[in-house]
Amino acid sequence: MKENTILEMKNIHKRFPGVKALQGVDFSLNKGEIHALMGENGAGKSTLIKVLTGVYEKNEGEIYVNGIEKPAVIRSPQEAQALGISTVYQEITLCQNLSVAENMFIGRLNHNNGRSWKKMNEAADKILKNLGIPARATQQLSTCSIAIQQMVAIARAVDMDCKVLILDEPTSSLDEGEVEKLFTLMRDLKKRGVGIIFVTHFLEQVYEVCDKITVLRDGKLVGEYEIKDLPRVQLVSKMLGKELDDVSEIKDSSLAYKGTDTDVPVYEAKGLTGTTGIKPFDFEIKKGEVNGFTGLLGSGRSECVRAIFGADRTVGGTVKIDGKETKINRPIDAMKHGIAYLPEDRKGDGIVGDLSVRDNIILALQVKKGFFKPFTKAEANKFADEYIKLLNIKTASADTPIKSLSGGNQQKVILGRWLLTHPEYLILDEPTRGIDVGTKIEIQKLVLKLASEGMSITFISSETDEMLRTCSRLIVMRDGKVVGELKDDELTQNMIMSTIAGGEA
Amino acid sequence: MKLRKMTFNKQLLIPLIALLALAIFNLLADPSFYKITLGYNSAGNPVLSGYLITILDYGSELAILAIGMTLVTAATGGQDISVGAAIAIAGSVILRVLCGTETSPAHMKAPVIVAFLIAVVVAMLFGAFNGTLVSVFNIPPMVATLILYTAGRSIAAWINNNQLPIVNEKSFHVYGGFIPGIPIPTPFFIAVICAGLTALMLKFTTLGLYTQAVGINEKSSRLNGINPTFIKFLTFVILGVCVAVAALIKVSRLSTINYSVIAKDIEMDAILAVALGGNALSGGKFNMPASILGAYVIQFLTTTLYKCNVSSAALSAYKAVVVIVLVVLSAPTVKDKLSKFWNKVKPATSKEKEAA
Repeated sequence: MKENTILEMKNIHKRFPGVKALQGVDFSLNKGEIHALMGENGAGKSTLIKVLTGVYEKNEGEIYVNGIEKPAVIRSPQEAQALGISTVYQEITLCQNLSVAENMFIGRLNHNNGRSWKKMNEAADKILKNLGIPARATQQLSTCSIAIQQMVAIARAVDMDCKVLILDEPTSSLDEGEVEKLFTLMRDLKKRGVGIIFVTHFLEQVYEVCDKITVLRDGKLVGEYEIKDLPRVQLVSKMLGKELDDVSEIKDSSLAYKGTDTDVPVYEAKGLTGTTGIKPFDFEIKKGEVNGFTGLLGSGRSECVRAIFGADRTVGGTVKIDGKETKINRPIDAMKHGIAYLPEDRKGDGIVGDLSVRDNIILALQVKKGFFKPFTKAEANKFADEYIKLLNIKTASADTPIKSLSGGNQQKVILGRWLLTHPEYLILDEPTRGIDVGTKIEIQKLVLKLASEGMSITFISSETDEMLRTCSRLIVMRDGKVVGELKDDELTQNMIMSTIAGGEA
Repeated sequence: MKLRKMTFNKQLLIPLIALLALAIFNLLADPSFYKITLGYNSAGNPVLSGYLITILDYGSELAILAIGMTLVTAATGGQDISVGAAIAIAGSVILRVLCGTETSPAHMKAPVIVAFLIAVVVAMLFGAFNGTLVSVFNIPPMVATLILYTAGRSIAAWINNNQLPIVNEKSFHVYGGFIPGIPIPTPFFIAVICAGLTALMLKFTTLGLYTQAVGINEKSSRLNGINPTFIKFLTFVILGVCVAVAALIKVSRLSTINYSVIAKDIEMDAILAVALGGNALSGGKFNMPASILGAYVIQFLTTTLYKCNVSSAALSAYKAVVVIVLVVLSAPTVKDKLSKFWNKVKPATSKEKEAA
């Protein structure tokens, strides 16, 4: 073990019933290093992290921490924490209804911070100031933005004297400004000698802040690379295990939509007024068209599609489907009209965690079919098998509870659920968030394929290049208002940016 | 398919193991527990008697309640604690219809079926009351049903002007007693019918899928077109029907009613049955056969305790022990440890097989 190394994992094996999740993976981390852990969904990133933090027990292999010769025993997150290994998860695991200071010291009050509220708040404020986190100790956590909450979680970890900080997809719900703040904090911690393991799907961010990259694929180690030795294209091909024709191909074959202005829109809304803080908006989509809502996080793009689907209550405006005026008050109304909606919050709004993959796939079609007409077991199995195969869903069986699948595969199940209803109009809100490059491309390709077969699709993504690749028309939102519409030649990164920035620039 | 069968069996295992433990205990303590005698009742009809028959008899009303309680638990992640009080109301309604305003009429004033159907409607209405509080006003089930739990028995007394009407016709005994010529208690047959109807309901409607989906993720269910409010409401109404059936059995046994005692604490046994069936009391997935089996196991326990001369006042203390064991066993940490242990044992056995 080299002097500078604070963490070394050697030949880690982890087996689940029927799956070899990790096969002889090595990983090492130096002091003051930001080390990206990359790989597709199911590559074994999460499993490796969970082995390291004691959530899972490894079957084979050794972990050395802090240069100690003896292998460390990590059987629980507490033991990991005692060794200075802390994790900040994608989903905030703090208590929303407590104050920032309480969250930082919860479970570890001592003489320095536990004697009085005043002392605790002072201690918290000191740490926050030290790390440059713009939050007050007495503030209730729920009043902080997600980014600040994440920083509070990091501050907590840092104060617990953590030497290895694991950031699991910390940026996926942050906007660009917030990401930058987080990066500043990460660089600061790096200077203090903390080793950071950064798990993310955003390639840009890896190149912005990381020093090294370890790539996993199918539970095996592909390699460890210095960031300067591994250009982006190569990284992607290492993650996918194939050359990058696919990626470039999709770029070329974009925008297949050749509709005419005379077509009757599949869906048309005039002055649709929601109750979730968006201004009344007009919207239409034609057969075989792919369009999208873009804008910064919180600009109201999700709220718009939720209003279209009837997920949130609407209070005004007219809706026409195939030219006929109609009312959509609840999701079932939209479903009956052939509209499908893949929600942004996969865990909260999408999956039904304890139910099997099969039940999750048939759910929407079953509801559409009716309460008194349940599918037989044979029918349900047929549907499930069909879509597991079609979308290449990696699951032990159709009986597996969906919550035990990886994020990308969960997303595919939800996508399968809606494709099974054979919608005429499909709304995809962040279908590629938090999933790997390979699946992302699969989904983008699928979108274009479905559109060429006549399905109308509204596509929302935080990644503008993804939208540029798939959409032929973009509706730009700012502060709950539609501020522009881009098509044809206007579909460029620059145009989107300047439209979003608008007159405020 | 294989896997599905395995999980099915696994959940039934919990009540089965409990049953086995009780059975062995009784066998060791006093084998006469299993004695069943054929005798004749006062009307000269053959009847079986013995502890096992008692279990079959009283376990059946519990099983019927467990059906409704399982659905409520699955959809709302909470329990209805007003079941006993609601039985008092439904029972009171049955007697009110059968006896009219007299306290001890020579003949029934209406056919039993009419009285029963009216009781069903009333019990469904009270179920709807609970259901509305829970589904529309989002009050936690235990809190919402606390209202009826408190007020129910007074309402029951009020229905009959605080009188205790008595039904004198022998034919009314059939529902809680024996059908002439058949030595097995009628409640068992009623429970079988209820279980059969439930099986049909779960097979020919999507109620099972919907209740589980709503119990697991209400937001997601709504976005898939399910109306969670209605589903939760519906489960309480179905429990109402179960309550009316149990009430008929209860008042038929006594031919009268005691407002403060009838079906006292039965909700706890029904909830316990759901838990013993391995169903999470926090809602979501459920296994109906396991709940029903759980009900009989609970009754087995109660009867065993009575046999051991435990006074009815002390009964709850003993049952509490069962609750502790159940709750501890179903706690995630223990489950985790058990499954780890199981995984360690299992590969060993499979290796042994290979070696052999």
